[in-house]
Amino acid sequence: MIQLIVFLPLLAALVAGLGGRAIGSLASKLITTAALFASCALSWPIFLGFMSGNYAGGWVEPVLAWIHSGDLRVDWSLRVDALTAVMLVVITTVSALVHLYSWGYMEEDPDQPRFFAYLSLFTFAMLMLVTANNLVQMFFGWEGVGLASYLLIGFWYHKPSANAAAIKAFVVNRVGDFGFSLGIFGTFLVFGTVSIPEILAAAPGMAGATFGFLGMRVDVMTTLCLLLFVGAMGKSAQLGLHTWLPDAMEGPTPVSALIHAATMVTAGVFMVCRLSPMFEVSPTALTVVTVVGAATALFAATVGTVQNDIKRVIAYSTCSQLGYMFFAAGVGAYSAAMFHLFTHAFFKALLFLGAGSVIHAMHHEQDMRFYGGLRKEIPLTFWAMLAGTLAITGVGIIQVGGFAGFGFAGFYSKDAIIESAFMSGTTTGGFAFAVGIFAALLTSFYSWRLIFLTFFGKPRWAASEHIQHALHAHDHNDPIAENAGHDTRPHEEHAREVPTGTGGYHPHESPWTMLVPLGVLAIGAIFAGLLFHGPFIDAHEGAEFWRGSLAFDEHLMEEIHHAPLWVKLAPAFVMIVGFLIALQAYIRNTTIPARFVGQFGILHAFLFNKWYFDQLYRYLFIIPAFGFGRIFWKVGDEGTIDRFGPNGAAALVAGGNKLTARLQSGYLYTYALVMLLGLAAAATWAMAR
Amino acid sequence: MNALGFPILSLMLLVPLVAAGVCLFVSNNTARWLALGATLVDLALGIFLWGAYDIGGPQWQFVENAPLFGRFSWALGIDGIALMLIMLSVFLMPICIAASWSSIEHRIPEYMAAFLLMETLMIGVFAAQDIFLFYIFFEAGLIPMYLIIGIWGGAERIYASYKFFLYTLLGSVLMLVAMLWMVNFAGTTSIPVLLQTDFPPEAQTLLWLAFFASFAVKLPMWPVHTWLPDAHVQAPTAGSVILAGVLLKLGGYGFIRFSLPMFPEASAELFWLVMGLSMVAIVYTSLVALVQRDMKKLIAYSSVAHMAFVTIGLFAFNRQGIEGALIVMLSHGLVSGALFLCVGVIYDRLHTREIDRYGGLSDNMPAYAVLFLLFTMASVGLPGTGGFVGEFLSLLGAYRANSWVAFVATTGIILGAAYMLYLYWRVAYGKLDKPDVAAMPDLNKRELAMLTFIAAVVLWMGVYPESFLAPMRNDVGTLLARIERANPGGDARIAMSASPKPAAVEHDGNVPKAAEGGH
Repeated sequence: MIQLIVFLPLLAALVAGLGGRAIGSLASKLITTAALFASCALSWPIFLGFMSGNYAGGWVEPVLAWIHSGDLRVDWSLRVDALTAVMLVVITTVSALVHLYSWGYMEEDPDQPRFFAYLSLFTFAMLMLVTANNLVQMFFGWEGVGLASYLLIGFWYHKPSANAAAIKAFVVNRVGDFGFSLGIFGTFLVFGTVSIPEILAAAPGMAGATFGFLGMRVDVMTTLCLLLFVGAMGKSAQLGLHTWLPDAMEGPTPVSALIHAATMVTAGVFMVCRLSPMFEVSPTALTVVTVVGAATALFAATVGTVQNDIKRVIAYSTCSQLGYMFFAAGVGAYSAAMFHLFTHAFFKALLFLGAGSVIHAMHHEQDMRFYGGLRKEIPLTFWAMLAGTLAITGVGIIQVGGFAGFGFAGFYSKDAIIESAFMSGTTTGGFAFAVGIFAALLTSFYSWRLIFLTFFGKPRWAASEHIQHALHAHDHNDPIAENAGHDTRPHEEHAREVPTGTGGYHPHESPWTMLVPLGVLAIGAIFAGLLFHGPFIDAHEGAEFWRGSLAFDEHLMEEIHHAPLWVKLAPAFVMIVGFLIALQAYIRNTTIPARFVGQFGILHAFLFNKWYFDQLYRYLFIIPAFGFGRIFWKVGDEGTIDRFGPNGAAALVAGGNKLTARLQSGYLYTYALVMLLGLAAAATWAMAR
Repeated sequence: MNALGFPILSLMLLVPLVAAGVCLFVSNNTARWLALGATLVDLALGIFLWGAYDIGGPQWQFVENAPLFGRFSWALGIDGIALMLIMLSVFLMPICIAASWSSIEHRIPEYMAAFLLMETLMIGVFAAQDIFLFYIFFEAGLIPMYLIIGIWGGAERIYASYKFFLYTLLGSVLMLVAMLWMVNFAGTTSIPVLLQTDFPPEAQTLLWLAFFASFAVKLPMWPVHTWLPDAHVQAPTAGSVILAGVLLKLGGYGFIRFSLPMFPEASAELFWLVMGLSMVAIVYTSLVALVQRDMKKLIAYSSVAHMAFVTIGLFAFNRQGIEGALIVMLSHGLVSGALFLCVGVIYDRLHTREIDRYGGLSDNMPAYAVLFLLFTMASVGLPGTGGFVGEFLSLLGAYRANSWVAFVATTGIILGAAYMLYLYWRVAYGKLDKPDVAAMPDLNKRELAMLTFIAAVVLWMGVYPESFLAPMRNDVGTLLARIERANPGGDARIAMSASPKPAAVEHDGNVPKAAEGGH
């Protein structure tokens, strides 16, 4: 069964990708979508089986031998346990819905077989990642999703910005993979195996051991965990290696929902949870994970508050939420991290697909300054996004006395993370808690800002170039021009007043293929927390559910119920504050943002330019790399090696240019002669002996 | 004679040689078909050879030995390593002939003869068991290559072939002197016997350096690599394929056959020379590749970086490193060959190698774009392709030898992705806004077949490398048994914490056992 789940998408990808031209668009879409729905239908029983305790510890299905070299034995195999099962349902569900959604969203695109093939290929790679029983197969999935991400970000390959973003994503991820690779090498050196269960079993025995690394004597487990974590940072866009994620929004929106929100970017969190018994051995590594996660949560949330592009706001939001997951893992609440990963997959995919529906309605305009008042035009999209917003901001009522609490998905998972950080009792935990609270305020603010700018107020559509394009050139249907249009307008530094008016444009609600996925995900965003918090984070149910597939901390999960009341109420309080600020600034007095920018221009510029990371990396890495390349080439190869090597020899022998004329005949002759003479000498000598 | 009852290796040498002779006297078209036929016969013989090879059997198989004069004898025989490299040669040869089908327009019979002669000589290098026979094949193989560049090459072909010649001459003279000394010392020209000979450590260093001079140029290693970009740029497509596919592997084969097993102490002593040059090569040539404007130069520089993965693996003194190096050799042979074919395909249409002249080929050449992407990813070392298996194993081996080497060399996976994807962007992506580029047709059947065959093997090697590792396993074991005494050991030296725990910390993997039978 697990084989079908994993390999159906691969099969569909191959059929649609290689045979797409032969079988046509419709057949390609049918095959890939059907394969994904089949995978999804097969995944849920597995997940529910683990929920009900039928499958206990899980199992491993061997597939094929892979790399055998001495004591290194790597095989293709599929591992199924509770942790895998969670990922299976997340991946196949979101992927199936995104496939369906893409029927509507990509309808006008001439390259649909290619698009659907890439989506299915991605799903296959992601499934290989989460079913890996050894680090090398995990790396296979890791790089496979990287390839699919590269292909999908650059799907509209006519756009220079899309190509640049695709390369950036791949290369920045490779920086992470550099760490991941060294981590795998080191793990093999230390444990003599790359099999995950064997490593996890042996890890506690390595506590306190040291080894030589780059001339230093360092703690074994800390070094290995940090190297592996560098890989996680790359894939999950953590601070320092996050720069690719916002640019990845160049890809079609369904891609952003599937890859850059729900699944691929959570691979790093999955990896840390999968290897959690390893990380547990190194408190230093866990501290680093906590600090990096918290810093990312804060950084991305601050940047998210000032972005104008609707997809970029959600992208930074994703980055920030991934930070939450990492600091949850860092304080030892792996189950809470996985729970947030699970709920986040639903509500973030929902937000992205909702944004896609808005963009679809607004004729590929992505700038929220040209939205406004869309609530009445596309009501279903509005309600879906509202559900997503309630989920991400964590709206809910805590259980008081006899009243059963209720909350949207994020209410359960995010609050569990924040409480875990507080109750972990460490200094870094306290730091993470404070950051988590502040970032929750920002989350609420930017999420509501998005809703208010998009759906409320007066329409500001008339000034949009895309809308203009739609109004005046609607008859010649040129999807490439639509896709290409966006990067032509320079990003504007300052929020300026955009004139209101519809320009006579009528946004239209999306087709059912797009609305059904929104509806399903909205149900998930509303109920996923309520329904599943037991098995994920309850102290007793959780231990039964996870069964050692991650380092489940029963004690901590019990403790969070005993958090002080103010700790429990703090997230709700800041959520309301964030909502009120957004309400004040974007509904009641819309001059506030412009005045803020006027007053705190430097701060705004700092945030708007994403803390200047891109500029910094440009001067630190990209320009020097090309510069050194040119120096090595012109000064090294041509100016030194050639000048004193072959060219110098030529000058010595024949005094310069005259030589070349004689080369063709002369030198071949000489060469053969020297060789023959040598051989003759050898033969003579051999005979003479 | 051997178990088959007929001298298969001599036959494989003879078929292309005879065909080469006949080629000179027939018409253009006959020469083409004759060359294709002869190379296909050799491919068939090669497949038969692989099938008949007894994994786990004696080290040297299909042995032939006919004394010629003095100690010099016609001694042939192969082990698993030689077998795989022969397979690489006979697989690429028909593809080279097909690649030259219509792009070579003058002196076709001579051209085909040169290629067939080269095939004979390449198989000879890998099959030779007499050290002087090896030397003849090794050096003579360069003559047809020299002709191919010098006669059928591009505008700067004279300078390129001169450089090619100068570099290789220097190395080969030193190697010949070293061989003479060795034969004098051991009293035999037989390679299997020399492999058992313990040369005095004080002599080893000089001998090692003499061989190194030759192999480092062939491989090529930094800083004696500058002949390669020029040779590639000027060579016709098929010439580049053979140059990158097989001739560069001669250096690696030399290290495996001579330097390591014959001079293990010197190999350990000069560990840092090899590792240092390899580390420089990976970073240096990758950065140079990043700024190239000529497609062939870019791929040539990337070859230098990839060959450095071979040397770090070989000199890691452990199984993963050496097996990784071997897989890098095979996979790079296929992938760089395929990349040069990809360049050739569009060069034949537009007659320029300048990257900026292209762009947007995904629109009008979709099949080409898919295959080019596959080879780009294989070059980058994406898991699932042969490139990954090789790079992964050789870096893993290098890490066990020294963490600094692995740390620096692994940056190659970042830089490799940067220059290859940047190339792919400029060729296949972007707007198709140049009329002459837009007029280029997609792959024809011949081109599609050539690239698809290679693609299939590259994926096979990535998904189930066991087919390629199994024949070589025992021979790597033999090599390890030979060099283990000189193993400098790694830099990790794990120290357990105060609480003593009898853990199995020693996994140096250099188990010389032949019992790790394959699948």
